[in-house]
Amino acid sequence: MARMSDRAPGAAGSGLNDDIGEEKRLALYRSQVVLREAEQRAFDLFLQNLVKGTSHLSLGQEAVAAGFAEAMQKGDLSFCTYRGHAHTLARGVPVEKVLGELMQRDNGLMRGKGGSMHLTSEEHGVMGSYAIIGAHLPIACGAAWRAQYKGHKDVSVCFFGDGTTNIGAFHEALNFAAVWKLPVVFVCENNLYMEYTPIADVTAVQHPAADRASAYGLERIVIDGNDADVVYREAQKAYAKARAGNGPSLIECMTYRHSGHSRADPAKYRPEGELERWKLRDPIKIYRERLLQFGVSEKTIADIDARVRKEVDDATEACKAAPMPPLDILTTDVYADGGWAWRN
Amino acid sequence: MAELTYRDAVARGIAQEMTRDPDVVFLGEDVGKAGGVFKATVGLYEQFGPLRVRDTPISEQAILGAAMGAAMTGLKPIAEIMFSDFFAVCFDYIANEFPKSRYMSNGQTKCPLVVRTGNGAGSRFGAQHSQSVENWCMMIPGLKVVAPSTPRDVIGLMAAAVRDPDPVIFFEHKSLYATKGEVPDGEIVDTLGTAKIVRPGKDATIIALALMVPRANEAANRLKAEHGIDCEVVDVRSLVPLDTQTILGSVAKTNRLFTVEENPRLCGWGAEIVSIVADEAFYDLDGPPVRITTPHIPLPAADILEDIVLPTPDRIVETVKRSLGS
Ligand SMILES: Cc1ncc(C[n+]2csc(CCOP(=O)(O)OP(=O)(O)O)c2C)c(N)n1
Ligand SMILES: [Mg+2]
Repeated sequence: MARMSDRAPGAAGSGLNDDIGEEKRLALYRSQVVLREAEQRAFDLFLQNLVKGTSHLSLGQEAVAAGFAEAMQKGDLSFCTYRGHAHTLARGVPVEKVLGELMQRDNGLMRGKGGSMHLTSEEHGVMGSYAIIGAHLPIACGAAWRAQYKGHKDVSVCFFGDGTTNIGAFHEALNFAAVWKLPVVFVCENNLYMEYTPIADVTAVQHPAADRASAYGLERIVIDGNDADVVYREAQKAYAKARAGNGPSLIECMTYRHSGHSRADPAKYRPEGELERWKLRDPIKIYRERLLQFGVSEKTIADIDARVRKEVDDATEACKAAPMPPLDILTTDVYADGGWAWRN
Repeated sequence: MAELTYRDAVARGIAQEMTRDPDVVFLGEDVGKAGGVFKATVGLYEQFGPLRVRDTPISEQAILGAAMGAAMTGLKPIAEIMFSDFFAVCFDYIANEFPKSRYMSNGQTKCPLVVRTGNGAGSRFGAQHSQSVENWCMMIPGLKVVAPSTPRDVIGLMAAAVRDPDPVIFFEHKSLYATKGEVPDGEIVDTLGTAKIVRPGKDATIIALALMVPRANEAANRLKAEHGIDCEVVDVRSLVPLDTQTILGSVAKTNRLFTVEENPRLCGWGAEIVSIVADEAFYDLDGPPVRITTPHIPLPAADILEDIVLPTPDRIVETVKRSLGS
């Protein structure tokens, strides 16, 4: 049984409920605005040919990243995909570090050695962004196994897309986590598409993650992934369950990406009107209205917007001024001794 | 000193490290209560309990992925993949995840784990349960690769692998499990990246690995006894890091080079060694380096066929004798 009814775009939000509190609400809003501004900037920089390689934006999916990250405690671990800028930023990684990596500069998170698909910041609990579909679900299980073995109370949270539910590693990880009762939370961001193919065309069930949950003895959970409050509450529940030793959760978040799959994709395969319908349920728009409903002033909201824009502007300038990585990092950190020697 | 089988050495090596460090954990299919399909891990479950010795589902990706996640966050996992042929169903971790996370993250991510696996032919299991796949791993930057040939080396290299901060692929040879060797009492810790001259000689260098080491030794004994050719046998032991100094030193002394490889011919580890010697010691050589390998075919099951394709002492003797013109 779904705990929440599946929400079509245009359905009502979660209504007035005071459980989250103003401070957290403002944090949820601010986080979503950071993700939006930073990723829109990444897109602009790509158009100026300053972002090299590929990049996968989460524009339109900010509520998932913000909601899950804001519900985390320090020490909780995030495992992301190549579509991981948002999840990385949501853990508090500075915008400059992320944009720097996208621009492949020396000030980037990994000094240009990883690139946009592999954002990692262990000091912020971002344990890597993985570009081989499904690979990180078992890895998150391993981190959770360590917590269980050592009696640590952190939770491993693993984000992935709808398309990922059709690869073997998804099913191996779900069974493994359930059998070992691991403190891991699997978050499927169902944005309706894999790269270009609608998920419904290639999947035997309607809800690619949730409809498989029963196969692993897990509850079927589908939530509105565009409402940060809904996401935040569901995350809290799942983390509490994991910390209490009651095992994994699988949460399917219904959402939509506003841009193409990757920077080169104009997303022509979408039916007419679909994007516009989803934009009516833009997570940031929803959340701005929520804040106003709760009596937050227009000015407070505008101040947050302005501060975030300034932060992103400053980061952009810092990245443009940053040097390219030096050639001597080419052969560092292949092995733990810091070098690359494979022979004597 | 005690005589121990290669099989029992595996369990002793793991037990030595699990006793030393509570962060060492062990997982795999049928490894715990059942003691492993090759009976190489008997007693570990009883000694260390179900939290440290964990039976898994038949989920090779989950086994290696979980080992990696645990390693990244503070444990020292040893993962078993029952047959090395099964690397093909979890190769993402071996090729893309373990060896690249440290580099891609600019040094943030660690991955101190060991994958041990049953490698090699001789059991008449056919093409999908008999391969020597050490070359699949040797070619990947970021991995370390070892393959012991004696019970003593199993224990010592296992300790070195577990204590090493990098991902190590540990190839146990299925046809060596029943073999015996003298093993000293007490803790044994060896060093990765060191080859061993197991039989000194002056006329030719024979480089071998795993099951090919005893075969090269037998061939060397016969070459000496029957043909007066005195071969030096080098057990490579560690493909990455590769102890090129020992190899180059031996070639400088004997002026002839033979490799004995169980892997199929193309891109076998011996090709890299021959290339290094050609680059760096060409003028030490009195004749062309010669590779003795399994031919480039899938492995057959029937004993009569499998016995022909692997390098044998007969083939080594013939090849060395012919090349040296005696
Ligand atoms: C094993 C593997 N197969 C295919 C790809 C190519 N690929 C990259 S992203 C992607 C679509 C993934 O879709 P989904 O899981 O829904 O995530 P989304 O991109 O929508 O966030 C594919 C097929 C890959 N990276 N890895
Ligand atoms: Mg998708």
